[in-house]
Amino acid sequence: MLLLVQYTLIFASVLLLVALGGCFSEHSGVINLGLEGIMVIGALGGALMMRYLPAGTSGFMIVILTLLAAIVFGVAYSALLAVASINFKADQTIVGTALNMLGTAGATVLVKAINTAANPDDVSSTIQYIEPKKAFIVNIGSFEFNWFMVVAVIMLIFAYVVLYKTKFGLRLMACGEHPQAADSVGIDVHKMRWAGVLISGMLGGLGGICYILAGVSEWKFENGVAGFGFLALAVMIFGQWKPTRIALAALLFGFFRALSNVYFGFDWLVSLNIPGSVYNMMPYIISLIVLALTSQHSRAPKAEGIPYDKGMR
Amino acid sequence: MKKNLLKSDAVQSLIASFLCIILGLLIGFIVLLFINPTGAWDAIVAVMKNFLTYSRANLQMKNFGNTLVKTAPLLMCALSVLFAYKVGLFNIGAAGQYVAGVCASIYAALAWGWGWFPCMILAIVFGAALGAVVGLLKAYCNVNEVISGIMLNWIGLYLTNMLLTKVKESTSPYTLHIKSAAPQALLPGLGLGALFNNNQYVTIAIPLAIIAAIVILVVLEKTKFGYELKATGNNKNAAKYAGMAEKRNIILTLIIAGALAGIGGALLYLTDYEQWQCTQTSVPGMGFNGIAATFLGGLNPIGTIFASYFIQHITSGGAYVDKTMYCSQISDLISSIIIYLCGFVLFIKYAINQGIAKSEEKKLQKEKLAAAEAKGGEK
Repeated sequence: MLLLVQYTLIFASVLLLVALGGCFSEHSGVINLGLEGIMVIGALGGALMMRYLPAGTSGFMIVILTLLAAIVFGVAYSALLAVASINFKADQTIVGTALNMLGTAGATVLVKAINTAANPDDVSSTIQYIEPKKAFIVNIGSFEFNWFMVVAVIMLIFAYVVLYKTKFGLRLMACGEHPQAADSVGIDVHKMRWAGVLISGMLGGLGGICYILAGVSEWKFENGVAGFGFLALAVMIFGQWKPTRIALAALLFGFFRALSNVYFGFDWLVSLNIPGSVYNMMPYIISLIVLALTSQHSRAPKAEGIPYDKGMR
Repeated sequence: MKKNLLKSDAVQSLIASFLCIILGLLIGFIVLLFINPTGAWDAIVAVMKNFLTYSRANLQMKNFGNTLVKTAPLLMCALSVLFAYKVGLFNIGAAGQYVAGVCASIYAALAWGWGWFPCMILAIVFGAALGAVVGLLKAYCNVNEVISGIMLNWIGLYLTNMLLTKVKESTSPYTLHIKSAAPQALLPGLGLGALFNNNQYVTIAIPLAIIAAIVILVVLEKTKFGYELKATGNNKNAAKYAGMAEKRNIILTLIIAGALAGIGGALLYLTDYEQWQCTQTSVPGMGFNGIAATFLGGLNPIGTIFASYFIQHITSGGAYVDKTMYCSQISDLISSIIIYLCGFVLFIKYAINQGIAKSEEKKLQKEKLAAAEAKGGEK
């Protein structure tokens, strides 16, 4: 039972971080379908940092540096989306999809090259981080407390305050609702959208490193992040683009994702004799149902997905 | 006045596609240089050469055949994406619909002993069913087709793994060989294999896929149905105002798109070229490569045939790189860079048009100037 709570919280943290990322990007008017790829690249940054840190580094420094690496990689990668969709007015769906594929392919190529260079017989795309992972975890009894749960809560507060309580946040949202009006009162729409996308890159990168640290102590980059970026988008839609509601939605989805990890710990679930694949499918099925029920009255930012053109009124 | 060749849309698309390919290869090359400078050039050459790496002509033909065998399903996936895109829908679910087709065709062949034709029909039905779910959700519940498509990709993958576990080899995670366990379901070769040094995998799948591309072209360009679909894609509200059933059109489009991707699955697995691995943890890349082929082909069914071949050519070519330095995924890397660049196609066309306009203006000004000077001289 404790294990279920633990996994629910950690997966909810991942979904919350990434969904908040999507939230910033969409509020500024850019649909970020590349979150999945951003997660992979963020995870890559963090994993590489953990691999190359000298053995004697203190736990605190490991956590800080790993998070920083994930953020830097995520932000840099999201700049690819920003350049294409804001400055060159590219189709955001195509670019986002390309970034997802590029993330997985690029990470695989890079990690495989690093592995083979270190050991010619090693052709896997796996990075191990058994030792550094311990820095992220505090054992409270049998409950593994993970620092990412704190990071997620901090980011939730950060998102809420920035979006609703600062000039910057309100201007950002104006650019997603009616960029022409925002421009007419002197807000630089392009700059705001860049900011939105880069913040989403930061949160996406954090979510990525959080995801690969969630249950395992090594990661095979060929697998990407199994549609988690898109689950996060579903969380965001279910949360109606509002940080607090997104947090609740993330808990719900996190619960169903956690079930597939721990269902064999419950005797009555095992006795039902449902194949493991069904539990694996669960989060995706739930999200389809939830989307079907909530998308009709969606309060999506009005100008999302439309490149801003000064000449258009 | 002579018509400027650059002004034609087809020529511009062609230029844009070639630019994407060249830039994609160049960026891929730079990435390889970063990883390991010594073998980067050889790796790019290996990817481009693919089957030409072999020096003997008969081996070349055989491996050319193998590339074609995998081009057929890729082309079907690309057509699926293309058809939906013409109606303004982004069918990223093609990957899942393809998997559904694989599932239906293998299961019907191995468990029920069906022949190839009924197997293919079932694959169409499965793919279409998955497409229909996306369409219904889009039309009636306003669910973004990209997100529901991705969700269905994963659901489809796990369902397929579950179902096909019943027809797998007892000692491996792979499904039984169609050739030995269900030879009645093999696609007929019609002697096409003889052209490719007796490649047994070359079947009617290849001509079927090309015929499908031509049919899609005709439907989109020459029929009232295709016109209605495109109108719905251009402006849903205007189409509705003009009396077109826009909801029905959305659903129908995704059903057809799903069917196309579903056939793709059957076209590959009913040749016994590959066996399905029942422990697969990621959605096969076929559907996603289809997206690359669609946009590289300039959103034209005929262009898509060539683009599909190109994408499959470099994907197969990835197998020939020096494994001590790189992995075969560098071709995935290159094709994803190409898709990214395809996002800039509109900008490239815009730049070309701007260039033309500027040079024409200059010419006009020169003529005016010359005329004015000539007048001045007369005085």
